[in-house]
Amino acid sequence: MKVYLSCDAVAKALGVDAVEAALLAEAARRGVTLELVRVGSRGMVWLEPLAEVEVDGIRHAHGPLTAAAVAALFDTPLGLGPTDDLPWMRGQTRLTFARCGVTDPLSLDDYRAHGGLIGLTRALAMGGNAVVTEITDSGLRGRGGAGFPTGIKWKTVAGADADQKYIVCNADEGDSGTFADRMIMEGDPFTLIEGMVIAGIAVGATKGYVYIRSEYPDAIDVMQKAVTLARPAGMLGSSVLGSGIAFDIEIRVGAGAYVCGEETSLLNSLEGKRGVVRAKPPLPALEGFLGKPTVVNNVISLATIPVILERGAAFYKDFGLGRSRGTIPLQIAGNVKHGGLYEVAFGLTLGQIVDDIAGGSATGRPVKAVQVGGPLGAYFPRAMFDTPFGYEEFGAKEGLIGHAGIVVFDDTADMLKQARFAMEFCAIESCGKCTPCRIGAVRGAETIDRIARGDPAAIPLLTDLCNTMKAGSLCALGGFTPYPVMSALTHFPDDFARQKEAAE
Amino acid sequence: MTVQGTISDADLTGRVAAILAAHQGLEGPLLPILHAVQADFGFVPQPALPIIAKSLNLSRAEVHGVMSFYHDFRTEPAGRHVVKLCRAEACQAMGADALADHAKARLGVDFHGTTADGAVTLEPVFCLGLCACAPAALIDGRVVGRVNAARFDAIVAECGV
Repeated sequence: MKVYLSCDAVAKALGVDAVEAALLAEAARRGVTLELVRVGSRGMVWLEPLAEVEVDGIRHAHGPLTAAAVAALFDTPLGLGPTDDLPWMRGQTRLTFARCGVTDPLSLDDYRAHGGLIGLTRALAMGGNAVVTEITDSGLRGRGGAGFPTGIKWKTVAGADADQKYIVCNADEGDSGTFADRMIMEGDPFTLIEGMVIAGIAVGATKGYVYIRSEYPDAIDVMQKAVTLARPAGMLGSSVLGSGIAFDIEIRVGAGAYVCGEETSLLNSLEGKRGVVRAKPPLPALEGFLGKPTVVNNVISLATIPVILERGAAFYKDFGLGRSRGTIPLQIAGNVKHGGLYEVAFGLTLGQIVDDIAGGSATGRPVKAVQVGGPLGAYFPRAMFDTPFGYEEFGAKEGLIGHAGIVVFDDTADMLKQARFAMEFCAIESCGKCTPCRIGAVRGAETIDRIARGDPAAIPLLTDLCNTMKAGSLCALGGFTPYPVMSALTHFPDDFARQKEAAE
Repeated sequence: MTVQGTISDADLTGRVAAILAAHQGLEGPLLPILHAVQADFGFVPQPALPIIAKSLNLSRAEVHGVMSFYHDFRTEPAGRHVVKLCRAEACQAMGADALADHAKARLGVDFHGTTADGAVTLEPVFCLGLCACAPAALIDGRVVGRVNAARFDAIVAECGV
């Protein structure tokens, strides 16, 4: 009997190791030969620990599984039915995450058998300039949140003249509600490596760094192993796939500073300095790591490169909405019935995501607010659930899609408290370089406390402070903290007024 | 009595020198060095800073500045177990604030505190990427999801509290 279990951190967090032990014991008791394969996560976190039993070559889902219930895999192997036929899987367009949850993350044979290295082989045949054009034509925009066209960034680095250029992968995925970077690094690390190598070929860089946050011990472990395996396989080294082009990757670990997710702060951290934001210009594309031209891209941007090269720019661009092309791995989290990763073309409305895919709240209470885009993203009320998921569409509603994390709150949420947390978080994590962020966040928390104590004069003060932070901060930390604060104040005024009445 | 007091100067110098030697040739080696020192000693002993500074041609103040910028680096040893509770929004939506209150009361310490017997250090963390099985915790590098008061008590019981 062949059984697949996830080795993703989310499966571990929900007890997959105990399930594995029980499964082995049960197989031994029954005298059944068990072939156990650990794969990444299918992204159905509510079904984790998920076990898949192969019947006639088709994987059948069982979950959420407990150690006590493993006998069911032997007695009723069909379980919930074929995994790929579950509504959660059927509704998706898995391009970036095509292999995640399907293959053994550290098997290069699996990787090749499922389309791996086709993109890299094509990139080597095309040459750097054609690769940059292909990525530009695909419409891919930075998945870290800023949405800057990846091809344009690459073109700038490719055009820069320097003795050394770098590819830096931003794997400092600090936004609450996001875990796509973690899941792809743990579930399909070679796709990130392949994407970075292609980026190196495109711009003429020979060295890559993956800066992973220290809060992801499992991802760090998998990425280190993957890089070690990629070298003897010729994916990395002095002659990538025998092309004569050199590229190597080093894994670096962050140290618990949220602001290092900002690209210039990340570069300082990588250089061994305080993670303080740099003023732009100069752009990192021209003066980045150690002052050299550097591509800084998010994990998902880079992990999407291989499939674009494999299937072509036109194929990728065909998905999406408006200027948001391709697919986006939605990360549905917080108080939801069905949470997890759902890769789909841009364009679903927030309501479809929250009500249809996520199935509403976990508690069964009405959904009150949805924070999209991490701690710097706006809180959307139900009245705005018709907003389609796209960069411009969310921007037009004073929000952002960020790294596509969607955090759902039920009606017990206190939006004044959430607004205060945004300011408190900014105060803790500010790098301290610019005044609007460093001082503004502290004053913001104090001002919200005044509102909570029933001082209505503090509301215009908070609005004014938010405008100052938005316009005057050096980076998105201070500049975007006003989004959660002002959206809470604008869309949930009762939570700010109720406190006033209580004080009177 | 801290562990710091039990490390001899010669021992510390030797161990730090070995770490520095292992990081020769890295571009921007300071963070990897500080991580390695902390992995070896359990914290970053103050006497290590001038040794690192000299090796990298930095001032002691610069090394101190880097070390103190990042939440991860400790100036003192932690408890025998480190329990990190996620405080970020997705976990808040599933009751992380109440769980934090419970944890503090159960251990009798605030965040960043260590129980009197040295068994557990309680720390806040902002996101473990386990946002779809919130609230989440990290115990000595091991991830746990859907933590409630009962599960938290079971975790700290395993830590001997």
